[in-house]
Amino acid sequence: MSVSEFFHMGGYAFYVWSSYGLALVVLGWIMISPVFSKKAIIKELKIKYRQQERQHQEDV
Amino acid sequence: MKLPAIVHKFSSPKNFYIMSGKMIPWFMWSFLLSLFVGLYYGLFVAPPDYQQGESYRIMYIHVPAAWMSMFIYMIMAVSAAVGLIWRIKTADLMASVSAPIGAAFTFLALVTGSLWGKPMWGTYWVWDARLTSELILLFLYLGFIALQASIEDPRNAARAGAILLIVGVVNIPIIHYSVEWWSTLHQGATVAKFDKPSMHISMLIPLLVLATSFKLYYVASVLMRARGEILRREQNTRWVKEIVTGESS
Repeated sequence: MSVSEFFHMGGYAFYVWSSYGLALVVLGWIMISPVFSKKAIIKELKIKYRQQERQHQEDV
Repeated sequence: MKLPAIVHKFSSPKNFYIMSGKMIPWFMWSFLLSLFVGLYYGLFVAPPDYQQGESYRIMYIHVPAAWMSMFIYMIMAVSAAVGLIWRIKTADLMASVSAPIGAAFTFLALVTGSLWGKPMWGTYWVWDARLTSELILLFLYLGFIALQASIEDPRNAARAGAILLIVGVVNIPIIHYSVEWWSTLHQGATVAKFDKPSMHISMLIPLLVLATSFKLYYVASVLMRARGEILRREQNTRWVKEIVTGESS
């Protein structure tokens, strides 16, 4: 089987590769997005805790 | 019925956070390994179908995705029920963080099915029982996500979500048996049936490897989502504060 034959998929290239490509994009995004959201939460909480700390020191 | 104290201890958000952090790499690597093996056998080794030619290779995405769409829904319904009955926070959490993953698999099952239907049936979509019940499953996922987002208090959000999930379980056997109960364009079961699978072993093996791979993917990604969400929900506890300010992840 040649490379071009493989990508041609017996004439069904559009249907087969759209399916695989879409799966890659959707599942890739679902896997990667929590990495960003966890970083964002940590950043947000750091600011919050720092403010609490400052508030606490002013009260003392 | 009361659960032993050890269950509550092990399912505490703190313990869950620590344990899941150790487990994620294992699931991630076994997912990637099984993915490559499954894709290699599915795309290069398995022969073309005698009727459908190369187009049947869509099956290796479509069928595992459709299985996952039902599997994740059942996991969510069971964890939501456990959360409802025994007030286990991590069970509620598992239900919420699974929803986007389940919705993604349902979406993929529908779209890849459509892309397979066009060359084989001559149409992207028909309103038959299998396709319609799978579309309802997508709406259940989206409804659950919207419901959770609209209720501020996590306790109430979990309770309302649990009821939606448990009622929606009725749709799962409808999806599974739809191809037997109603006449349809969709083909019947070839793997999950009492008789032996009616598929040649060379085509069946990549399918089962990829189905396993998708399950490992789910575990890895649901644990990653759960960890971020635990930090958010438990932000007023001392241990979260220590982790966040101590720079460790």
